[in-house]
Amino acid sequence: MANRITIEVARYHPAHDEKPGFDTYEVPLRKEWVVLDALNYIKDHLDGTLSFRWSCRMGVCGSCGMTVNGVPKLTCATFLSDYAPGPVRVEPLKNFPVLRDLVVDTSDFLVKLGKSKPWIIRKVEKPLDEEYLQTPEELDAYKQYSMCINCMLCYAACPVYGLDPLFSGPAAIALAQRYNLDSRDQGANQRLDILSQHDGIWGCTFVGECTQVCPKNVDPAGAIQQYKLTATTEWLKALVLPRGGT
Amino acid sequence: MINPTEYVPKSYHARVSTYWWLTRWVYLKFILREVSSVFVAWFVVVTLLQIRAVTSGPADYGEFQRWLRSPLLLTLNAVSFFFVVFHAVTWFNLSAKAMVVRVGGKRLPGIAIAAPNYAAWAVASGAVAWILLRG
Amino acid sequence: MNKRSNEPFLWMLFSAGGVISALLLPIHILLFGLAFPLGCLDAPSQEKLIHLIKHPITRLYLFTLCSLPLFHWAHRFRFTLYDGLQIKHLNELINVFCYGGAVVGTALAAYLLWNIR
Repeated sequence: MANRITIEVARYHPAHDEKPGFDTYEVPLRKEWVVLDALNYIKDHLDGTLSFRWSCRMGVCGSCGMTVNGVPKLTCATFLSDYAPGPVRVEPLKNFPVLRDLVVDTSDFLVKLGKSKPWIIRKVEKPLDEEYLQTPEELDAYKQYSMCINCMLCYAACPVYGLDPLFSGPAAIALAQRYNLDSRDQGANQRLDILSQHDGIWGCTFVGECTQVCPKNVDPAGAIQQYKLTATTEWLKALVLPRGGT
Repeated sequence: MINPTEYVPKSYHARVSTYWWLTRWVYLKFILREVSSVFVAWFVVVTLLQIRAVTSGPADYGEFQRWLRSPLLLTLNAVSFFFVVFHAVTWFNLSAKAMVVRVGGKRLPGIAIAAPNYAAWAVASGAVAWILLRG
Repeated sequence: MNKRSNEPFLWMLFSAGGVISALLLPIHILLFGLAFPLGCLDAPSQEKLIHLIKHPITRLYLFTLCSLPLFHWAHRFRFTLYDGLQIKHLNELINVFCYGGAVVGTALAAYLLWNIR
């Protein structure tokens, strides 16, 4: 293994760049290094002006998502050696506005996340000294979706979101499902009202790439199709029983 | 509702390329899967023409069969066959991802949902072939 | 539910059409489009086909085979035009072309199959 590797990093300074360009750096290629280590090496030793987000270095915080050789990745979990002999191209997450270098504006995702009401909704709250019991099976029904770390790789992988910014997008829908499938939750109808609108779930064409890039195996693509089935069932119910039902 | 702060920084918005579906193999596979629907529609048109030809008599049906034997139609139908099989395989595999079937609290693996689909495909194809080919 | 969308209905037709296309179209194309014209298998005579087609179940079968796959096409083609060519601003025109095409095809199938004597 050669002991150095070339990294091409997207650079953009809002004050004096019309559009992003690339700077090339050479960094040590170490077996245990991930792309994020290379970026930190650049920042510490080669170019202190490089901006990027990171925090936990262990695939939990979800802040170091970037595009590595065209594919959305958590840079803390993407080994440099997998790209040897290089070069490795690091760009900001696609489909989001770039604020500077590798930092993107995530406001749109946060607004959408809020709209899908990702919290437990109860018609009547139990008194504080009463518990909400759940069986292992009930936990299993939504556990997969609760693994989401809001890293937005799925948004970067989704061509529909890139083309139609109104689309709710993978993670927001998967997280809505996480609460819909929770036995303690009673807010499914409220979420359905929002997500079954035209731009909510129906824009999804099941490209499936959101599921492929997800570092936590959340499977947003599956969640969206399952939600389409739910929305269609509810639609049929409302057709047959316009006033009845839940 | 979260309100963005008053200060809005300047940012770069990249436009998605018209040829985004050529940028990665997975996207190309996706668009080919969607394009398979064009060949689905094409063979429905052929079937409609066939129904008309069969019902208007042996002479018209002979003419229709000659039309199907032309190199252009044979090529088109060979391509259509490829795309429709591609549609069938992707459809059965994806339906396994879109459907959750739980038995005894555990979610059935995808293969347990895809396998009956493939079996149904074999049975349906066999039935159509048997009806058309028997004596 | 407030703002009702007709998407569930279109999605239902799309899904049903996807299933029918996947189960039945490959064998139809293989036999009528390739095997019979190439002479690999003996093609059924017009006499046999007209006998088959007169049965109500065959007519229902052919109607389903023509109609639902067209709605499947309409749905997928609509989104392919939206996303593949980025012409969502022609939304209404695309809807008329796709779903209109499917409705016309369905009507044609009904007309042809109804009028068999």
